[in-house]
Amino acid sequence: MIIDKVKKVNSEEKVTKRNEKAADMMIGKWVKCDRCKEIIYKEDLHKNLSVCPNCGKHFRLSSRRRINQLVDEGTFEEIGKDIVTQDPLEFKGYLKKVELLKEKTKIEEAVKCGICEIEGEKLVLGVMDGNFLMGSMGSAVGERITLAIEMAIEKKLPLVLFCVSGGARMQEGIISLMQMAKTSSAIAKLNNAGLLYISVLTDPTTGGVTASFASLGDIILAEPNALIGFAGPRVIEQTIKQKLPEGFQSSEFLLEHGFIDKIVERKDMRETIAQLIRLHK
Amino acid sequence: MSATKKTAWERVQLARQIERPKALDYINAIFDNFIELHGDRNFGDDKAIVGGIAELNGMPVTVIGEQKGKNAKENIERNFGMPNPEGYRKALRLMKQAEKFNRPIITFIDTPGAYPGMGAEERGQGEAIAKNILEMSVLKVPIICVVIGEGSSGGALAIAVGDKIVMLENAVYSILSPEGFASILYKDSSKAKEAAEDMKLTAEDLKKFNIIDDIIKEPENGAQEDFEKVSTDLKKYIVTNIKKLKKLSKEELVNKRYEKYRNM
Repeated sequence: MIIDKVKKVNSEEKVTKRNEKAADMMIGKWVKCDRCKEIIYKEDLHKNLSVCPNCGKHFRLSSRRRINQLVDEGTFEEIGKDIVTQDPLEFKGYLKKVELLKEKTKIEEAVKCGICEIEGEKLVLGVMDGNFLMGSMGSAVGERITLAIEMAIEKKLPLVLFCVSGGARMQEGIISLMQMAKTSSAIAKLNNAGLLYISVLTDPTTGGVTASFASLGDIILAEPNALIGFAGPRVIEQTIKQKLPEGFQSSEFLLEHGFIDKIVERKDMRETIAQLIRLHK
Repeated sequence: MSATKKTAWERVQLARQIERPKALDYINAIFDNFIELHGDRNFGDDKAIVGGIAELNGMPVTVIGEQKGKNAKENIERNFGMPNPEGYRKALRLMKQAEKFNRPIITFIDTPGAYPGMGAEERGQGEAIAKNILEMSVLKVPIICVVIGEGSSGGALAIAVGDKIVMLENAVYSILSPEGFASILYKDSSKAKEAAEDMKLTAEDLKKFNIIDDIIKEPENGAQEDFEKVSTDLKKYIVTNIKKLKKLSKEELVNKRYEKYRNM
């Protein structure tokens, strides 16, 4: 995502001698915040948990960065790593695209799950990744998440899922739709076992993920100003034939309408999760 | 249309025909003494979903269906069979009621999708669908789901989690409409015909994937050509399968349902 922003800036802004920052951006050292337009030194941005130091915009995170930010160092043991992308429709070009993406992103699929600790509290964690086909849920994502839920049940551990998704993985057709049923029925089992499930909605969480496990947490948290909804804004605009008001489907909008429990800034996420887990021991 | 095998796109056209029998047609043909019950006890009554209590050969059952209109006026009233959250919540209320009184549930799926409107988002369309899917996976009564026309996206799945999933021969069931699929993956919604083939959305395809359990045959030009036969066959199917499912203990029933979806 950040790379995209740099490209955008590069194409939009003329590099002048006076604008050294922009020149540095050519080699990718700087990024422009698309909210406050501030030019930020990339390293500063990462040190600040990928939150704009000027306006507080939460940039999108890769699963790797998210796990590094959240988890006690050296505690993450991955679950379901051997579950890989399936191609049930034999959809032209799909697996090739996935191979290229794997190479580019250095990740295997749009979610990474594992057993780990946060502030010494043991849990099962799943973190989706928007860099991998928009975090869409196909059979591998559904299976990895289901394995994580079942692991939580088996080990009697709390479950935390960080959601970011454009929805169902179109290229896997009806099999993707069924992942909604598979993951949701596993959550029902977790509920019967009396275990805590916290879902954390990040930018963007939409479609089939919103209409399944993302909305089923005992406690639902969200990062500030994330886009969260079932239908995408463009689809709604086409349906109602008018522009949506500013902030429609934002975290703040959802909080106001009663669909999330709390908005948590990234800097407070670790502590909030650890505290909630302790309260359920 | 060829007498032997129809293309996926031909089936999409048949599934969408305005003359095709709708949920209430099947409900009235298969069951006796249907009493429609209204509202989600929360916001309103969604006319895109009908539900209530009826008798199946004398046995009380709960029936729920996504209801499209049979003409333009009725379609506007029924929102073209696209439910809002209160529709799904009404369905859930009736299903929980069925569980309380130990009644089997039969659902009829026929929707272009959940309604993508502003109000739907404000009232939690995603949450409503998610909740239904979760609750249906653990309801302790037999559930039979029948895809009678268009089964599109989470809007269909929200009333389609059950012990037996059956499709009419010309019904389709998919992640979204072929037009939507084409516009996302081919960047061209006019390639819907091509998309329909690639999506593998016919009853035959879904049976091969083990997503559905059975297929009910239709006459050459669709269910309306001999509605009497189609509804009689469907009734037989429902009666036979409820009888079988009722033999299972509640625990066996729910465990089997979990396994069914676990393997998808």
